Amino acid sequence: MKILIKEGRVIDPANNIDKIADILISDGIIEKVSENITANDAEVINAKGKIVAPGLVDMHCHLREPGFEYKETIETGTQSAAMGGITSVACMPNTNPVTDNAAVVGFILAQAQKAGNVNVYPIGAISKGLNGQELSEMGELKKAGAVAVSDDGKPVQSAVLMRHAMEYAAMFDLPVISHCEEMSLVDDGYMNEGNMSTYLGLRGITRAAEEVMVSREIILAQTTNTPVHIAHVSTKGSVELVRHAKAQGVRVTCETCPHYFTLTDKAVDGFNTNAKMNPPLREQEDVDAVIAGIADGTIDAIATDHAPHHVDEKNCEFGYAANGIVGFETLLPLTVTYLVKTGKISINEAIKKMSVNPSGILKINKGTIKAGDAADIVIFDTENQYTIDVDKFVSKSKNSPYNGFEVYGKVEYTIVNGKIIVKQGRMSK
Amino acid sequence: MLKQRKDLLGLKDLSKEEIIHIINTAKEMKAVLGQDFKKTNHLQGKTVVSLFYENSTRTRLSFELAAKYMGANAANISASGSSIQKGETVIDTARTIDAMATDILIMRTNMSGAPHLIAPHVKASVINAGDGMNEHPTQALLDLYTMIEKRGDVSGFKVAIIGDVAHSRVARSNIYGLTKLGAKVYVAGPSTLMPYGIESLGATKCGSVGEAVADADVVMGLRLQLERQKRGLFPTIREYCNFFGIDDDCLKLAKKDALLMHPGPVNRGYELTSSVIDGKQSVIDEQVTNGVAIRMAIMYWLSQGGVI
Repeated sequence: MKILIKEGRVIDPANNIDKIADILISDGIIEKVSENITANDAEVINAKGKIVAPGLVDMHCHLREPGFEYKETIETGTQSAAMGGITSVACMPNTNPVTDNAAVVGFILAQAQKAGNVNVYPIGAISKGLNGQELSEMGELKKAGAVAVSDDGKPVQSAVLMRHAMEYAAMFDLPVISHCEEMSLVDDGYMNEGNMSTYLGLRGITRAAEEVMVSREIILAQTTNTPVHIAHVSTKGSVELVRHAKAQGVRVTCETCPHYFTLTDKAVDGFNTNAKMNPPLREQEDVDAVIAGIADGTIDAIATDHAPHHVDEKNCEFGYAANGIVGFETLLPLTVTYLVKTGKISINEAIKKMSVNPSGILKINKGTIKAGDAADIVIFDTENQYTIDVDKFVSKSKNSPYNGFEVYGKVEYTIVNGKIIVKQGRMSK
Repeated sequence: MLKQRKDLLGLKDLSKEEIIHIINTAKEMKAVLGQDFKKTNHLQGKTVVSLFYENSTRTRLSFELAAKYMGANAANISASGSSIQKGETVIDTARTIDAMATDILIMRTNMSGAPHLIAPHVKASVINAGDGMNEHPTQALLDLYTMIEKRGDVSGFKVAIIGDVAHSRVARSNIYGLTKLGAKVYVAGPSTLMPYGIESLGATKCGSVGEAVADADVVMGLRLQLERQKRGLFPTIREYCNFFGIDDDCLKLAKKDALLMHPGPVNRGYELTSSVIDGKQSVIDEQVTNGVAIRMAIMYWLSQGGVI
């Protein structure tokens, strides 16, 4: 089975390539990248005027299986990822049962294999049951296929447990991903503390809740001389802390999500539960700082924090509504529209943040399309505007604040291990 | 200009003209309360249901009597002993009440935005009787009515609101209403009970109670929830009273004829001393009476299509 991608603009930042070229895929592997390739027996994709890039790698998502299949399954989640041009996802361990043991990792990998859409890399729990008390069996998790550890959503409150997690995980070369939230400072809040929370009479969450723990993780990483990755950075202060730490040589990396560079807490007006997420949407100066952090390299990666929820979990009082939004199918268009089209970063830089860098942090050998690599490729269009329609999402859930947004960056093809999963903007099967 | 309004959710989105219209209607309704035969037919044949997720005696009774004085059928549902505790969603509960031919649905909840959530799902007019820390529009309207009744106009007034502004829907609705009518609002209280960016709502934050009260036309105390102390927001009731309680000396800083107001129920001796509660400047009891009149006015107005 051969596929020939003709005359696209091939952007492969890992190999310093940005040129019009053809790509020949043979048996799931990239055989050749060069001009004027011919192959009689190949399925030809005309990519003229389109961008051909390494498939996106989303290092932070929730596939909800096992345990919450009414929100999303590995099958629907990976379809949704493919529709977003994502060829590899790393899924968080807040499943039920929690992904804190080899058996659950094995189950996730088996379900992913069965679904056959995109590569799935489970993230194991830092603590057993995400309880923040005892370390999970990280060695076993790694052996079973986990690529990182995190207590995402239930941040480790004990500083000493986090210290031990960093030291122990480093021994197995497992990245530690920290969702930074000092719960006593959250103080039962559910949106950003600012003029909007006062205006809406909703309990606010101070930025300090995030920043205090970002500081803690940086200091612990420095103390233990181990790496740490900060999840979904949302505040100006967090960006500054990471920037400073990197300058000091601390082994810290971080990610943000499209909602932190496209929306502010004004989106909550009218008690819009689709604008409820954790960390909460902040204010314009935070958005500006996040964009600056992306542009100057402080922020290494853009992830989705894809967090599907059933409509009933959002169609309720704001305070009771579940946190999070679906993000797979809006990652690329929001990044293209709000960062590339606005001139904040180049398209090459955007691909680095969505593919090369997260692969590097997770050490999964993706984000590259040179001969010999597994053929994980996205082909997308940056020239034609289209309107986001949440009802057309293939994700099981539709909880997104972006319905009706006019964007650029429509995914046309997603190829995973040489298999065409998305064809002409639709699921191919 | 013809305006139609189905619901009363807050003062945030009410115009000055609508506020004045409601207050003028309340003046007429108040006359009914003074009659020997306290009954009108303004809401005859209408059904008014109050759905209260929070404990309340005065607001609930005020609405109930207001409805009954105008000839409506009135019923109450409270959080205990209903499907609310059986896990029914607030939208389903509201739709169920609506399906029983309810004309006006009054809602009190600890969740900000809940009345806004149910309003589009029901045919009935929804009246917000207090939602979380967001708004308490009928309270603010009765406060405005009381001020206007006593002083004719509030334009240019200095109104001091003292206490736990952060958690107060009464303070927020009053700030919206008063500023729309041209009054200036000054707030004071423990810094831990001041909301972030209160200035963005149009109020002025004062460093001390004395500063807020100085030369004020109205001094409004807010109810102190005693659990705030347990959450570590202020050290003791004793210290609260010493620095933020309103007593005779404090009230003397205001204008001689300043009105003393409180939304009730008062923690006697905490946020207000007995001598100011029972003093000549206190209009707390009249606020309660006016509360019935204003709720009659609001229900009648909405039943007529919310047109001015």
